[in-house]
Amino acid sequence: MYALDELEQAYVSAQSDPEFQATLDSYRKNYIGRPTALYFAERMTEELGGAKVYFKREDLAHTGAHKINNALGQCLLAKRMGKKRVIAETGAGQHGVATATASALLGLECIVYMGSEDVERQKLNVFRMRLLGTTVIPVDSGSKTLKDAINEALRDWVTNVEHTHYVLGTVHGPHPFPLICRDFQSVIGKEARQQIFEAEGRLPNTLIACIGGGSNAIGLFYDFIGDENIRMIGVEAGGTEITPGMHAARFAGGVKGMLQGAMSYVLQDDWGQIGSTHSVSAGLDYASVGPEHALLHDDKRVEYTYASDSEALEGFKACARLEGIIPALESAHAVAHAMKVVPDMPKDDIVIVNMSGRGDKDVDQAMRFILPEESDKF
Amino acid sequence: MNRIEARFELLKTAGKTAFIPYITAGDPTIARTREIVLALEKAGADVIELGIPFSDPVGDGPVIQEAMMRALETGITPGDVLELVKSVREASEVPILLFTYYNPILAVGEAEFARRAAEAGADGVLCVDLPPEEADTHKAALDAHNLCTVFLTAPTSTDARLALVAKQCTGFVYYVSRMGVTGEQAALANDLNTAVSRIKKHSQVPVAVGFGISKPEHAREVASMADGVVVGSAIVRMIGELGDTPEMAGKVGDFVQTLVEATKA
Repeated sequence: MYALDELEQAYVSAQSDPEFQATLDSYRKNYIGRPTALYFAERMTEELGGAKVYFKREDLAHTGAHKINNALGQCLLAKRMGKKRVIAETGAGQHGVATATASALLGLECIVYMGSEDVERQKLNVFRMRLLGTTVIPVDSGSKTLKDAINEALRDWVTNVEHTHYVLGTVHGPHPFPLICRDFQSVIGKEARQQIFEAEGRLPNTLIACIGGGSNAIGLFYDFIGDENIRMIGVEAGGTEITPGMHAARFAGGVKGMLQGAMSYVLQDDWGQIGSTHSVSAGLDYASVGPEHALLHDDKRVEYTYASDSEALEGFKACARLEGIIPALESAHAVAHAMKVVPDMPKDDIVIVNMSGRGDKDVDQAMRFILPEESDKF
Repeated sequence: MNRIEARFELLKTAGKTAFIPYITAGDPTIARTREIVLALEKAGADVIELGIPFSDPVGDGPVIQEAMMRALETGITPGDVLELVKSVREASEVPILLFTYYNPILAVGEAEFARRAAEAGADGVLCVDLPPEEADTHKAALDAHNLCTVFLTAPTSTDARLALVAKQCTGFVYYVSRMGVTGEQAALANDLNTAVSRIKKHSQVPVAVGFGISKPEHAREVASMADGVVVGSAIVRMIGELGDTPEMAGKVGDFVQTLVEATKA
């Protein structure tokens, strides 16, 4: 609790410090490459025959995903707090790579915890992190995936809190983490709002984003929450089917519970043991969801749905072939849902889909499903 | 007054320190855990801290985490642990403190969990990942059944927090003697005395010290400063090494006896 109080105080003070904000803005512009484009997906729009589809291009941010927005912000905060060592958890490796990158930029020691199964599945990202000077520690406990990496990072943090900051990668965990991460990600929605005004002279009708922990979604949604007419849709991982262990759709199969310091919807059994999850996309493969999403769900402000593994792969393929953009398998869930609902929308409606990351990391996985015969040749 | 409070009263009169061993229920099996509990009582343990296995024990180090995984692999549920307590009560009045994570309580419901725990014959609950700030309804549910609520304090706890923890604790306050998760350490933290007296300023109930105590000499040293000594990982490690064997409980009892003797010396 001491560590959380200390973090909250440091964050509140950084927020009102013009110098901190100026540094952050400068890195956003010159290092991350913000603002990222709001791109009109013309061929996909034609193909679907409904609303105009725009992509918010977080895949064009440095390191290839929205994760850098939060990682860089938190690493700057760590430096401001005088902490020379940062730790992070990672599933697919995107948050790990983002934290490794920000650490290299700011001269911080960086340790990344990663489930040993994910280390095996995401060798390329492990290598990237090592190249950036980060130590990757494989976690062999439990299901050997993201959840277990978080457990291990929390254990490290409570042991080394005096000189270590935990860069939590999503809008989950104990307060103030969900708030800090949301604030750093909300730049996505702020930019999108301005950009859609420039392009269309009005606000969008619908926002669609995929949801693992929920940071890219809250980043896009947050600035629009007060605009009651704007429909927002969060897309979870439907896996192979909505039965225990085969998906990660917390709003479809979970009940309220507490995991890793946050009260939210959790996939669990009748006795409160945390359930196992499955998704084709490692970044959505998590048993709980950010607590603010639970609130937005209960308030009926955001609709939550899911796309299955095979629908996501269809979205992945369509996006590549119609737009020349290979999306992350996570973002492909948002694309898949857009493909489902956009055809029934009026032609003058506007939809923004958050292209949260690029799919280079996923080509191996996707090829096994989409082009199995080619895959065999490698 | 429940069994935990009564035991600390008795020890206070006798000028002795409590010895509190931790074990994980269901490791290696429920039947063996029952044998261990009875062996610990025979060895002189004052309160048994009985861990309810949880899938994501984030406050525990590798030794207890692995014990919980072994127990969960046998299919054990929190309901089975309460059945075990009931079955221990047929043979023993040893005070039992349930150690648990919050989600299993939440899944059953705070009031229902308290009711079942009391009915089984448990004497208190240590919920490791529930901050005392958020524990009012949890405490009220346990109070209603005369069950103790134990919370943790750490070296980084501020005076304001110590006051809050002390207010929410009945039975005893658990002081985590070093930063981090459960596990054995070669040497003890050196500012223990100061820390314990700082807690005593806020707390009317006894203070027990745990995390990192694994040897009789540690127990002896801590006993001179605190009202209770908690040992977990060293015992759990031994249970894991000996496994599901008939002589295991006896050997664990022999080891704990050396810790009890050091604590009471």
